[in-house]
Order: sequence, then C-alpha cells, then structure tokens
Amino acid sequence: MPAIEAKKLSFTYAGGEKPSMENVNLSIEKGEFVILTGPSGCGKTTLCRCLNGLIPNFYSGELKGELVVDGLNVEGRSTAELATHVGFVFQNPENQLFSLSVERDVAFGLENLGVAKEEAIERVRWAMEATGILDLRNKAPYELSGGQQQRAAIAGVLAMRPSVLVLDEPTSFLDPKSAEEIVEIIAKLSRELQLTTLLVEHRLDVVSRYASRVVVMDNGKIALDGTPREVYNDKARLIGIGLPKVTMLFHLLRSDGFQVTNPITVEEASAELRRLLTQ
Amino acid sequence: MISTENVSFHYTAGSNVLQNVNLQIKDGEFVAIMGENGAGKTTLVKMFNGLLKPTVGSVLVDGVNTREKSVAQLSRDVGLIFQNPDHQLFAETVREEVAFSLRNFGFKEDIIQGRITNVLTTLDLDRYEKSSPFVLSGGERKRVALAAVLAWDPKHVVMDEPTIGQDYLQKDHLRNFIVQITSQGKTVVIVTHDVEFVAECKPRVVLLSHGKIIADGPAAEILTNPQTLQQASLVMPQIASLMKNLKDFNPPPNIIDAFSAKAFFSGKLKGRVAAGAPTQRR
Repeated sequence: MPAIEAKKLSFTYAGGEKPSMENVNLSIEKGEFVILTGPSGCGKTTLCRCLNGLIPNFYSGELKGELVVDGLNVEGRSTAELATHVGFVFQNPENQLFSLSVERDVAFGLENLGVAKEEAIERVRWAMEATGILDLRNKAPYELSGGQQQRAAIAGVLAMRPSVLVLDEPTSFLDPKSAEEIVEIIAKLSRELQLTTLLVEHRLDVVSRYASRVVVMDNGKIALDGTPREVYNDKARLIGIGLPKVTMLFHLLRSDGFQVTNPITVEEASAELRRLLTQ
Repeated sequence: MISTENVSFHYTAGSNVLQNVNLQIKDGEFVAIMGENGAGKTTLVKMFNGLLKPTVGSVLVDGVNTREKSVAQLSRDVGLIFQNPDHQLFAETVREEVAFSLRNFGFKEDIIQGRITNVLTTLDLDRYEKSSPFVLSGGERKRVALAAVLAWDPKHVVMDEPTIGQDYLQKDHLRNFIVQITSQGKTVVIVTHDVEFVAECKPRVVLLSHGKIIADGPAAEILTNPQTLQQASLVMPQIASLMKNLKDFNPPPNIIDAFSAKAFFSGKLKGRVAAGAPTQRR
C-alpha cells in the first residue's frame, strides 16, 4: 500500500476563482524521497496542506477527490490525529520553535499527545540524537544558529514518530553549508527509518542528488513525474523550473547541437565532459 | 553613496556583531552582502536607513551621518525590504499597502495612484491589487513588500534575502529588474545566501564572516576562492566547481555561469562530439 495516495484531488480556496489544485493523481511508496517543485502558485503548498488535514480543517474551500495517507483516509480526520502520521517542517524554524529550551521544544508535540513521561523522554532523546542536537538540549532556541534551529524543528516532528515527513523549503533561510547539512540529515533519516519524505524545494542544485523522484506541478496539476534525470528536460525548463546549473549547461550544449547526456550533479557533469574532451 | 567608517556594533556589551567595518558603496552600484548565518549581514544593512546606529564609528548616506536624521527621513532615500515580508505588511489590500507610505510621505493622490499602478505592473502584482496581502504566497508577499518600498522611489534599495521563496522565473525577473534600476543610477544592495543567483547576476560581493569583511570584489573572483567561501559557510556555485574540476583543460579563469561555460565547452567539443541538428531529448 502506498504511503501517500491521491486520486483526482482538487481544491478551490473559498473565494478563489479557480482550483488551486486540480485532478491530482499521485502515489508515493513507503520510504521514497520525493522532491515536489514548480513555479510559485502552482499548487504545491495546497497539496501539502491536504496531507496533514490543514485543508480542509483550517482553510475553507471545496475539496474533491480522495486522499489516503499512511493508510488513513484524510477526510474527516483532525490535524491533531494526522500529526502522528504526517510530520511537517516549515521554511522558517523560528515559526516552529518557542520554548525556553531545545529539549522542551522537541517534547512539545508529545506532551500534547499525552504520551507517557518515560516514553516521551526516550523519544525526545532519540529524536535529538538522530538530528545531532543532543548536546544543545539545554540551550534556548534563540541561542542556536539557523541550521541548529531547523534541526530542532525536525527533531520535534520526528519525536512524534510520523511515517511521512513533509518539508516546505526547509533550507531557504540557511547558509549553503548549513543547508547541505540539513538536506543530508533528511536524506539519512529517510533512508534509515524508511520515512516517506516529500521535500518542497526550488533550489534543485542542493537537493537533486538525494531524491529518487521529482514531481513538478504547474497550474494546479502534475506536469512531470520521474527520476531527476528524466524530469529535468526541456519541458521543465519551459515551466520555469530552476534546473541545477550543470544540468542547464548540458541543455545549452544540446541546443548547440551536441549529443550529450543529462547530468544532475557537478561530479557527473565533470566526468561526462572529461570523457567527451578526451575521447 | 553609502559608506561606513570603522563601524562596530553590539547588541549586548562584549559580543561584537560587527567589527571595524569599512565599506563604500557608490551610486548605481549593485552589491551582494554574503556570509554565514549570524555573520552580521542584516545588522549591517539595518544601519543604512538608520534603524540601527553603530556603537562605534559612523554610517554616512550621501554624506550625511545617520545619527543626524530620523529613520523616517533616511527612509525617503534608503528603502529597506526586510527578509520576512510579514514584518512590513499590514494593509487590507495590496493597493492600500503600497499607498500607505506614499501618503505618509505626503505625495498627491493622483501621483499616488499612478505610482501604485506602475509598480504593481512592473512586479507582476497588478492582478492582486484588490487581494489581501495575506492570502498571497510567500514569494508574492515578498514582492508586495518590495513594491511598497519602490513606489516612493528611494535612491538606494536594500533587500534582505530577496530570492527566498521565489521560483526561477521570478528570480529572473528580479535580476532584470535590478539591472534596470541600477542603470537608472539607483544603488542596489542585497543580502543573500543564494550563490547561484549571485553567480548569474555577478554583482560586487562583500563577504562577511563573524562581523568582519573578509573579502570584497567581483563575484567571479570571490565565488571562486575556496578558502574565503569556506570561512563564510558558502559553497562554490556549481559551474565554478565544474570548471575547477576541469582546470587541466585550461578554461579561462573565473567562469561562474552556465552561458560562459557553454561558450567555452562548445568551442572545445567542436569536431569531437556528434553535432547534428539540435536534439530534442528527455
């Protein structure tokens, strides 16, 4: 059974003239690491909001179709119930952290669920360890760097033991080194815990190497779906996807008439050019 | 001209956020201030419109010390767009949002309406003029904040992380827009982590790390120096890394964007790789 299965899912926000998301069919298997991308306003945030019930519980409008997440039909479920199945990490960790210590912040969701104290302590410790912030547990979130804050936000979500993790541009406030570290942690968690991961991201140069699959939305619909190498094609470029710059270079070489491959990382591009220049 | 003279700043005594920063930004220049989280970038640009005053040293805007003017007076010349647009948006409609500061600056109503229409069209926001800023996406709200500042036509425009939440097409518009206003003589200063955006725009780059300027020069030079990039927690743009990996093929120095790289490799590959008609492939 897929971890996420959407069938003909459509949503129109109250007062909206047309659907923000239309007829979306999407099936994601357990443990997949999927990048969701597309131009602003393409419907990717709307899709994410459906996954944990923010739509229709907090955003009113007309929802059509069917959505099953982690075996639960989302319709009629509360966001609180879904939160133990689907973890959400936002763009700006400051919006997600508010306690006086990192440990209390990571524990917040569990306390709300009424998890027994011993188990909560155990889970909080595990989540902090998994994200590499155990030594920061007594610090106040505002004392942390942006990257550390984002780790704390991920730990708080992880402690709820969700089977699906949804991250909405989790690196955009971070400097490139911290961004790389966060994406590496996410990829590692996804792999080791078989955590189904949906990563919303514009900066494909940072994340492409980790993803098994890229889904591109445009005008509320799914426009492309496949491996990064398949998806980063001319159509993606026309939709306005920010292809990794090395992929872009090979697109340009192709438009000059050269028959070359479609690399997605610097390493692949270097190897391919070296081969072509010495053959 | 914006200049800082021996500027140091601390929020609490003993921990300097900025240390002895000397920087001159000329009219019409396009400058990117880059550096790690917490390097002091936002603190520095908040001095340009007087929101913060240096603990030591002085900041001069067009020759006037920022201590001698109010933030309201300085803002007329230095428009600052915050990193988080929600810190500066509050009106009920996008149109009203842009009108607010224009009315405060005492512009006549017909000028106000003309300017609003103009700036909303330029920033691709005209279809939202009657919407509440809060129903827009993060990237769109950022553009509203930018529109509200540009409408009063400040001489110097300072943007804190303008590319966050913007897709590739919007970044492209932003880049063209910056080129356009700098050619009109406006100074544009951006604070950014977005090395790929900077590699495409090629502004002057000022690298801050732990409150100090550690490098200052053309983008192609700064973004190809692994030592200072490392120090400022930045990574090399993809194309610069690629050229470094292939330096034994003697590429010209300082190529950091895909178009220049294509020009180089196209020349090298001629005759080596099948070059028929342009191919359509996945």
